Amino acid sequence: MSEELLLEVADLKKYFPVNAGVLGRHVADVKAVDGVSFTVRKGETLGLVGESGSGKTTIGRLVLKLLPATAGTIRFEGRDISDISARQTRTLRRRMQIIFQDPYGSLNPRMTIGEIVSEPLAIHGIAKGKARMERTVELLRMVGLQSSHLNRYPNEFSGGQRQRVGIARALAVEPQFIVCDEPVSALDVSIQAQVLNLLEDLRERLGLTYLFISHDLSVVRHISTRVAVLYLGKIFEVADRAALYEHPLHPYTQALLAAIPVPNPEMQGAQKRVLLSGDVPTAMAPPSGCRFHPRCPFAFDRCSVEEPAMRDVGGGHMVACHAVENGTIR
Amino acid sequence: MALLEVRNLRTTFKTEDGTVTAVNGLSFSLDAGQTLGIVGESGSGKSVTSLSIMRLIDRPGRIESGEIFFDGRDLLKLRDEEMRHVRGHRIAMIFQDPMTSLNPVLTIGEQIAEVVRLHLGRNRREARETAIEMLRKVRIPSPEKRVDDYPHQFSGGMRQRAMIAMALSCNPQLLIADEPTTALDVTIQAQVLELMNELQRETGAAIILITHDLGVVAETCKDVLVMYGGNMVEYGSAKQIFAEPRMPYTQGLLASLPRLDAPANARLTPIPGQPPNLHRMPPGCAFAPRCAYRIERCDQVVPVTDLGGGHLARCWRCTETLVMAGAAR
Repeated sequence: MSEELLLEVADLKKYFPVNAGVLGRHVADVKAVDGVSFTVRKGETLGLVGESGSGKTTIGRLVLKLLPATAGTIRFEGRDISDISARQTRTLRRRMQIIFQDPYGSLNPRMTIGEIVSEPLAIHGIAKGKARMERTVELLRMVGLQSSHLNRYPNEFSGGQRQRVGIARALAVEPQFIVCDEPVSALDVSIQAQVLNLLEDLRERLGLTYLFISHDLSVVRHISTRVAVLYLGKIFEVADRAALYEHPLHPYTQALLAAIPVPNPEMQGAQKRVLLSGDVPTAMAPPSGCRFHPRCPFAFDRCSVEEPAMRDVGGGHMVACHAVENGTIR
Repeated sequence: MALLEVRNLRTTFKTEDGTVTAVNGLSFSLDAGQTLGIVGESGSGKSVTSLSIMRLIDRPGRIESGEIFFDGRDLLKLRDEEMRHVRGHRIAMIFQDPMTSLNPVLTIGEQIAEVVRLHLGRNRREARETAIEMLRKVRIPSPEKRVDDYPHQFSGGMRQRAMIAMALSCNPQLLIADEPTTALDVTIQAQVLELMNELQRETGAAIILITHDLGVVAETCKDVLVMYGGNMVEYGSAKQIFAEPRMPYTQGLLASLPRLDAPANARLTPIPGQPPNLHRMPPGCAFAPRCAYRIERCDQVVPVTDLGGGHLARCWRCTETLVMAGAAR
């Protein structure tokens, strides 16, 4: 993996206004993403994990310019793409693509598989006529489907096959970078592994870079080179995979890892449980200071007052936590 | 005597393309106080099994044949009003999505109280007291206030806990939980599972936990029933199923999981092919088309083999599979 940065996101924010009353007055904001910074190196897979409401899906959409950001900068291949025009955005989509979670909702049911996969080739004027057909077949083969599938409709396909179609469509424009938004969450366990292996093979073969968004820490551990942990619109911890899973520092990361049920009945007794109390607060009024402090077993007075900054604790392991900073957690 | 004994259950659904058999000759039994996990993927028949036990199968579905003995009586022979008494009182059920199973225009307290009044004949005031007490038991903060909240005022985890409170309010002998934590975040899932374990110890109710998540099963169930293509393919203690799975499908499921206790960069071993199409089921073993150990015999109807110690497998080669899987690894 190179050190070259493909994507640099700095202080990214997305607020969704909340209007109320007969006049529809602006009363508050849902701070879905509230000042997030991270980088993705060329050829790596950055895993973005978080629970519902953490802002992970919104970040994916912001990076792809599917949603306008409220504030912050996004640099892709060294170029600031925060304020580019619609026309430039279209060109950009040849470089960055997305694979969606729901293989049922993301494919047009009235289009054949061939039409779905070849549409980007037509939109971007990449190939015409016979060449387009050949490229479409090549794309289907690449994801493990056959040319006999060309004239079939999505409803004739299982979830795993549909997800393959979604991947083929994303690959049509030969992108550098793909946002994978919960790509295996809707699939059965036995099919998940097929799609994960396919994504890994494609990354290696085509030199792709992924931003892999998921709530499933086991899946993220499997596929990512580095992992960022999100909570209520903030990144709490970023580290190489090994560091994050073997030596998690942030109390939230620790709790998240401890909460995963392990498919091994022998391990249950020995496992130490950090059971988090309470629910995730609303992003409309996040807690003061560190937004995790009401649920945090390590919280002390400073945590409710001052928001902790991201600090490098060595080797690129970044964490935002007062208890880590003062040495309570090491 | 077993608390629940399902014999040869067959449930079918009429569709435009013909009749499909969602559950095909399933038999199993459950003792009082036992926790059984039913594991399977979509289309395996696990949810239809639970709905059949509750007799909640509506047209175009139909329970074709079989017997479901609960506490000595065949539920399939009960009159509707007798069944209504069993449902909610003796057997309770919680579903994946608490928002669709709670009535949005009634308060949480009213809904729990309704169950208690109906089944236990309590008066209004007593029923309300029971509702508050149940909410306290499932650790809803300040239950005497929250009892008057509407479902939308509860978070997802609280709603699922309220569902559990309602399900347990009449002290059922059997609780059927169908994917109770699938819609919840992992930290909230851990809370709910912990709560279910605790309440089970306290009340001694038998639990059937239906899930696709093998981790959840390993954490909560003593026994596991694996379903595939509408029938049981393997049954055993959690230890037997996770440490010495005999059915190639169970082995495949375990091998395809990315797990936290495996080396991070180990390649996953997926099960090839697609889940079975209920419209076109193979004549013999439903898993045969995806199975690495398939032999000619697998096209014939497969009997259940008793492997000893309560371990059952529906596979012609189940006495060899452990060795074969070991060699392949």
